[in-house]
Amino acid sequence: MTVITLTIDGRSVATASGATLLEAARAGGSAIPTLCHLEGLSPVAACRLCLVEIDGDSRLQPACVTAAAEGMVVRTTSPRLAELRRTVIELLFTEGNHVCAICVANGHCELQDLAVAVGMDHSRLPYRFPSRSVDLSHPLFGLDHNRCILCTRCVRVCAEVEGAHVWDVGWRGEHCRIISGLDQPWGAVDACTDCGKCVQVCPTGALFHKGDGTEEKEGHPEQLQVLVRARQQGGAP
Amino acid sequence: MSGPGATAVPAQARLCSAAGCRACGSEAIRSHLETSLAERGLAGRLRLRRVGCLGPCGAGPLLALDPGGARQGSVIFGGVTRADADSLVEALAAVRLDSWEPQAAQRFDQLHPFFRLQRRIVLENCGRIDPESIDEAIAAGAYVQLKRAVASSSPEAVIERIRRSGLRGRGGAGYPTGLKWQSVAGRPGPEKVVVCNADEGDPGAFMDRTVLEGDPHRVLEGMAIAAYAVGARLGFIYIRAEYELAIAHLRRAIEQASGRDLLGDVAIELRVGAGAYVCGEETALLHSIEGGRGTPRPRPPYPAEHGLWGRPTLINNVETFANVVPILREGADWFAAIGTPTSAGTKVFSLTGHVRLAGVLEVPMGTPLATVVEQMGGGAPGGVPIKAVQTGGPSGGCVPAKHLDTPVDYESLKELGTIMGSGGMVVLDATTDMVDLAAFFMGFCREESCGKCVPCRAGTVQLHDLLRKHLERRATAADLEQLESLCHMVADTSLCGLGQSAPRPVLSALRHFRGDFLALLQPKASAVP
Amino acid sequence: MSRLNVATVWLAGCSGCHMSFLDLDEWLLEFAELANVVYSPVASDTKVYPEGVDIALVEGGVANRDNLELILKVRARTRILVSFGDCAITANIPGMRNMLGGSEPVLRRAYLELADGSGALPQAPGLVPELLEQVLPVHQVVPVDVYLPGCPPSADRIRACLEPLLHGEWPVMEGAELIRFG
Repeated sequence: MTVITLTIDGRSVATASGATLLEAARAGGSAIPTLCHLEGLSPVAACRLCLVEIDGDSRLQPACVTAAAEGMVVRTTSPRLAELRRTVIELLFTEGNHVCAICVANGHCELQDLAVAVGMDHSRLPYRFPSRSVDLSHPLFGLDHNRCILCTRCVRVCAEVEGAHVWDVGWRGEHCRIISGLDQPWGAVDACTDCGKCVQVCPTGALFHKGDGTEEKEGHPEQLQVLVRARQQGGAP
Repeated sequence: MSGPGATAVPAQARLCSAAGCRACGSEAIRSHLETSLAERGLAGRLRLRRVGCLGPCGAGPLLALDPGGARQGSVIFGGVTRADADSLVEALAAVRLDSWEPQAAQRFDQLHPFFRLQRRIVLENCGRIDPESIDEAIAAGAYVQLKRAVASSSPEAVIERIRRSGLRGRGGAGYPTGLKWQSVAGRPGPEKVVVCNADEGDPGAFMDRTVLEGDPHRVLEGMAIAAYAVGARLGFIYIRAEYELAIAHLRRAIEQASGRDLLGDVAIELRVGAGAYVCGEETALLHSIEGGRGTPRPRPPYPAEHGLWGRPTLINNVETFANVVPILREGADWFAAIGTPTSAGTKVFSLTGHVRLAGVLEVPMGTPLATVVEQMGGGAPGGVPIKAVQTGGPSGGCVPAKHLDTPVDYESLKELGTIMGSGGMVVLDATTDMVDLAAFFMGFCREESCGKCVPCRAGTVQLHDLLRKHLERRATAADLEQLESLCHMVADTSLCGLGQSAPRPVLSALRHFRGDFLALLQPKASAVP
Repeated sequence: MSRLNVATVWLAGCSGCHMSFLDLDEWLLEFAELANVVYSPVASDTKVYPEGVDIALVEGGVANRDNLELILKVRARTRILVSFGDCAITANIPGMRNMLGGSEPVLRRAYLELADGSGALPQAPGLVPELLEQVLPVHQVVPVDVYLPGCPPSADRIRACLEPLLHGEWPVMEGAELIRFG
């Protein structure tokens, strides 16, 4: 294994070559906000929260997919990045219907935490109040599209870890929504194994256990990570 | 070979059969003309031919009349009617074709600036050959360069010629083509792919369609040469479903060329897109060919390294491939001498909007915009002054009238805050509201966003709403400030070119026509909508 | 230091923010030393919003004509306007009617579809305030100076915001303790 050295937020960080900037930065003690990223799932670089500044690169780069390179000089925080990240969070809050007070994930929600982290005490952009639906056709779980931020963690965990590929994204642009099967009610999709991994990795209250009341849903992405690591180790000779 | 005898070459009428002229009834006129000639027994005296685009589409249906015999000087007639077709037959019968003056049609001789100022390299066969006939394409030289390259040049030598020619990608970004070929050729592995991006989607852009409809073999040969150069045996043309005629012509051309074993070792397949603009973005295009959702992914890895099904993949635009044959035929130096030092060769533009003569034209890079818009296009109808020219569609910006002396090349347009883009050029006269135009393009991007990344999916919606707020005169100075900062945010943070460039029409309008925005502002914060 | 004129205002909200304000318990005595409560649904009988208010805590979104008139008056007569609680900041629960797309479907749902057959749409111009098409966060209607999120904001959070203001300082609103929604 080759070790490379780079500078992140003024600190010299040594990391294995092939590591992403996100891995290197977190190992080096820099907290980069993420939302679509989840260790154990393939990265999609869709939420844009982990954008960082790299010396010599005119564009911001997503830390989750950018390879750390020898001698790179990276900044994970700056007034510019702070402003951009807050706007990303405001865009997410305003495009859906996120009513924290009555949400199953209130108090355990990654979106809610990120709003705090980026200092969003209000949204400068107007709320759009889209008309969205709730799917309660599955016997165990529910999907509230109002709270969905289209991070696609559910899509990826189901396809990549469970191997069932129940979820996908339907439609385009502002009309995008997570669909089950061929845009059927979740409960009507035979491929679903009822494993609940999608609920565990969902960062908001969009996917939940039917019994969950307000503030009662806690995601457990770490369970996925245990599983993925066990599989990797189990697969090794 | 014997020279053409004075009587051996009959007069010929070339009728444009491209989509623009078809839309204004050229096919009906052609069949009427055909029937009339047959009925009068004149079919032998006038060769009626179906060809690709003749140029000034806005004046269609177009007919080019070549006098025949030893006489020179074709004349193009626009707006040809059925009555004109009848009078043409009469003139032919009376042996006075030379003096035929149609009643309704508009006459353009070859000295008209629209034709005189063109330099047709990509379009050299367009409007001259029947795009459905491989024999005519071969007679015009098709597949000679491919054969010659494979027989007598190494792949490296071909790439070197392309590199030396200075050809840059015609899809909009202007990346040096030779360099791109080189990086694909340099990748290990036998299974490489060549892809032709024919997903032309900018509103007001129809250059690629014109090339594909008028001279499909030119593009196939360019692709096959590229495949030889980079070591690929599989080629795909990704074309939007709306281009029915281009698809038909391509299908036929592929069938004919592979039937005669003219494409060498390359198998070229057609993939028809389902109408998403974002599939013109190369990674989204690749996903779409693979059968997935047309969504882009971050680069690197670039397709040259990790493309279609993970294979090294060369993606070039239609017009880029169409430049390959003339470069090999005439030489890299010849090509490099055309245009400007940094932007070699010619560029095909589709000229539309408030302009007298709309259509497709090809000029050397570096031609001033004013030459294209005012001399060739004849300026805005009714003598209305021109306000600006929009280039690069929803990813581009505008060039205000006072900068119309700007040469069209990649760098000059970039300096003005717009881009060359793929070649759509929309002329805007003084009556144009730039806020309205910006809102139109933002609405387009909002509609065409794939929805994958947050800034593009949700940001274009907020931007579009903000622009509409301006148009409805509900916006305040604070809204204008928010519009501007959100534009920069979406440009800086979006995942792919669509989102990154979506704010450009707004920023460009703000840069050159801020007054249009200020005139719409409310003095004070408004209460409730 | 002279005592500041403080108002609390109740627009479209459940009054939970005001209840939380009352949870300040003994600090209210301290508060009363520093401020005159010049207008408040829970601590004053004044019916007309007065001039010269230093600080106003505004609970609730702007949902109807009465709310709109009042907030415009509040803004015009107040130095520091605090958006008090999630309904004022995000429209929150009252804002959920916005998803139905206008006031008419809301009234129909409430008074006809869910009625026992004898339902009728309320019509009393001048008496029953007309609903706005959308419930709006306060800052979408008038400029806001300080945001105090929470549903409701806890008594501690209210105090952390209000205490500096009463001493002529801007509160620093950051961190989960102070700005978490919900």
